[in-house]
Amino acid sequence: MTQSSARDAEMPLQHFESVVIRFAGDSGDGMQITGNQFTHTSAVIGNDLATFPDYPAEIRAPAGTRPGVSGFQVRFSSSDIHTPGDQPDVLVAMNPAALVVNIRDLKPGGIVVVNTGQFADSDLKKASLTSNPLADGTLSGFRVIEIDINKRVTEALKGTTLSSKEVQRCKNFYTLGLMYWLYHRPLETTIKWLEEKFAKRPELAEANKLAMQAGYNAGDIHELFQGRYEVLPCTSMPPGTYRNIMGNDALAMGLVAGAHLAGLQPFLGSYPITPASGILEALASYKNFGVITFQAEDEIAAICSALGAAYAGCLGFTTTSGPGIALKTEAMGLAVSVELPLVIVNVQRGGPSTGLPTKTEQADLLQAIFGRNGEAPIPVIAASTPADAFETAVEACRIAVQYMTPVILLSDGYIANGAEPWMLPRIEDLKPFPVKFVEPNPEGGFLPYARDAKLARPWAKPGTPGLEHRVGGLEKAHLTGNISYDPDNHEFMVRMRQNKVMGIRDSIPTPNVFGDSTGDVLVVGWGSTHGAITSAIEELRKKGRKVGSLHLRHVWPLPKDLDKIMACFRSVLVPEMNLGQMARVLRSEYPQQNIISYPKVQGQPFRTNELVKKIESLLEK
Amino acid sequence: MAEAHALTKKDFKSDQDVRWCPGCGDYAILNCVQGIMAAIGVPKHQICFVSGIGCSSRFPYYMNTFGFHSIHGRAPAFATGIKTANPALSVWMVTGDGDGLSIGGNHMAHILRRNVDVKILLFNNEIYGLTKGQYSPTSPQGLKTKTSPMGSVDRPMDPVSFALGCGATFVARTIDTHQKHMEQVLLAAANHKGAAFVEIYQNCVIFNDGAFDAFTEKSVRDDKTIDLRPGQPMVFGKNHDMGIKIDGWEPVICPAAEAQTWRSDTHSPGPAFVMSQMDSNPQLPRPIGIFRDVQGPVFDTQIHEQIQRARAAKGPGSLEKLIYSGETWTVK
Repeated sequence: MTQSSARDAEMPLQHFESVVIRFAGDSGDGMQITGNQFTHTSAVIGNDLATFPDYPAEIRAPAGTRPGVSGFQVRFSSSDIHTPGDQPDVLVAMNPAALVVNIRDLKPGGIVVVNTGQFADSDLKKASLTSNPLADGTLSGFRVIEIDINKRVTEALKGTTLSSKEVQRCKNFYTLGLMYWLYHRPLETTIKWLEEKFAKRPELAEANKLAMQAGYNAGDIHELFQGRYEVLPCTSMPPGTYRNIMGNDALAMGLVAGAHLAGLQPFLGSYPITPASGILEALASYKNFGVITFQAEDEIAAICSALGAAYAGCLGFTTTSGPGIALKTEAMGLAVSVELPLVIVNVQRGGPSTGLPTKTEQADLLQAIFGRNGEAPIPVIAASTPADAFETAVEACRIAVQYMTPVILLSDGYIANGAEPWMLPRIEDLKPFPVKFVEPNPEGGFLPYARDAKLARPWAKPGTPGLEHRVGGLEKAHLTGNISYDPDNHEFMVRMRQNKVMGIRDSIPTPNVFGDSTGDVLVVGWGSTHGAITSAIEELRKKGRKVGSLHLRHVWPLPKDLDKIMACFRSVLVPEMNLGQMARVLRSEYPQQNIISYPKVQGQPFRTNELVKKIESLLEK
Repeated sequence: MAEAHALTKKDFKSDQDVRWCPGCGDYAILNCVQGIMAAIGVPKHQICFVSGIGCSSRFPYYMNTFGFHSIHGRAPAFATGIKTANPALSVWMVTGDGDGLSIGGNHMAHILRRNVDVKILLFNNEIYGLTKGQYSPTSPQGLKTKTSPMGSVDRPMDPVSFALGCGATFVARTIDTHQKHMEQVLLAAANHKGAAFVEIYQNCVIFNDGAFDAFTEKSVRDDKTIDLRPGQPMVFGKNHDMGIKIDGWEPVICPAAEAQTWRSDTHSPGPAFVMSQMDSNPQLPRPIGIFRDVQGPVFDTQIHEQIQRARAAKGPGSLEKLIYSGETWTVK
């Protein structure tokens, strides 16, 4: 398929460093697919990019209503970027609800593409509008492109065997084609995807291709735009092989890689929950890697099966979000007590309770660190970007097997569904950490609660002669693991488990400071705030400010020497999507430091601009 | 993998002191299970006992095998994880009426419907023992306990009916004081491929003593119980002179000569369910023995078959294949 035409040469091609597009429509309009396709194509042509899908919890809220609006924001760039952008340059609105919900975010002077085919009085009513935003001044100050996409798609697909309902479902590909034309992107990647996706229904693949081509051609034919734009490939990205990756997928791959590096068969026990389900789905497709996935009857059975599998010699995983983590709490305590490796993934979402299932938050930090009955220490680590979820998952596996401990791996909705280019690690750079199970019939008998230098106990696999032993949640005697109610032994074992976990500090690096290593403000972050913090620091340093940032992967135990780093700044700012949980931890660990909390709990990630303003306000003091 | 010498009951006794109350029915069950372990010829390092919480759940500590004393009600999930991780293990689960049917009822339903190859022993004493005598989901209505001083108003559930309803492929019942019968039933369970559910009437001497005496007392047992033996006529009584037949929809007592032949492998679990409901009619003998014994696809086997199939189709995975998949591009 060729996209060249006579007008191609005539249209001026303007270059931009970075562009942000937001696709918005009904939750049934396929906006997530449209966004993902645009992202994927941009990745393949070599842009740096970041995405922010934002959709309602309802699968299909009443059509045309404001709560039913689903959005997908993608930023693509010829330079290194860290966030999906604060404000879209282009808004694609498939109906009145999508328009009014999103228009306030559009950059002044930005382009808004509106599907006028969906602007009848009844459509306005569904969106609770009393006047037509196309006519009432709502859109003044923006460049408005009006297209009747419903009609155009019907025309384009005339003669196909599709029903009129099926025809209308191709609207999103018309939109995608139009955006491909506007930003000078090839159609091939999406064509290939359509052919694979609809291999069994070639008529649907063909219809969507036709719709996309019609959208593309419309850019040429209808003179809708003043010109076309180009965002060149990003040349500042380090040399290497890249692929576009979403956080849940990277995390799933990291778990498989971690088990591989440990020399173990991976076992995932999980129960579907938003937004963690993607990890279970991804791992279910890795059967040829030996991955066992068990979709359990509930969250509790999910973690218990994984811990059972760990006892039997697999590397156990369980994945969940929000209320799911609360249900797993008792079994986590047992994992601490029986000292078996287990990776517990919590893709955080807005809480409490059911909260905001599809929105992001970081409010499970204190629960992860402290939230169990008894003294039950568990190390906690956090992924900071979609691609970083891979490495963080590998690290979680390493800690779990080397210290014979459950590990909590925190991600969040922003990471889970967001995407970015991932520089693939070289296989030889992935250092194995092979597990050594206890050999059969050890001389002098087997002591299941003996300790190595890291204070980890030995891992004895059922099926090995001479190692028959029992584990459980009752307090165990040092060395033998027999049930013990001895007061001194209890305190000894409580301290042993605590010291083991705090000893993980010896195996983790102190993170590097980004930006200035001494100065006025140090921003300390963890998790998905990484992109916004990094962008804010870059912007402020361009203005000559003395600021730096420190991003924590290991959130419990904390790495060494953080106090020395913090002492090099006048103040420490901790932005978090909660009411200041990490700030609270840091204050209790480093009471001498001036730690300022910057909370945001809206189910939305920080914007770069918000952070810049906040840091500037501290600089002025 | 045979061990050098034939194992005896003694090989399965662990070095831990058994701490059940003197006279508890659990001792008899432990003794019988240790004997069965010696008889089935599986090396002890290939055996794993899994339990939840409760008196019965201390069982694994007393077996010289691998063992996991887990958390309340969740033993089926642990057993599923263990068996699926290593299908070569012989996995046994010990639970009680509270652990297995109250807090863990959900998991029990699912391990049975999935047909995980785990042998499940449910010790039913119709009372909460470890928490000192509150009514359980199998306690009869009207039972006076510390939490039901005026008598329990809860309707009891029947463990056998429950298991049948969950689609269990092997369902049986036996009695702690009836060693010979228990041995036969446990051997049949051990030989079943798939989930095997065995309810064991177990007397709690402290909080519910004599709960089953009406039909388990040696003097009345033959007249008040009927042993369901697949392929055998349903005859009972000291003198083998009474029988059971299904009259319309109801089981009735009849002369031995008219007794129906028991079948545990019918397509529908219906007949087994009808027999399990005899419990609620005190005029009828209490059925014990094998209610159901059919073959079905086994969960853990199927999981590994899928992995083999995926490997055959896609080739075994490697780090390279994992990471360098999908559409990639190179920055020079």
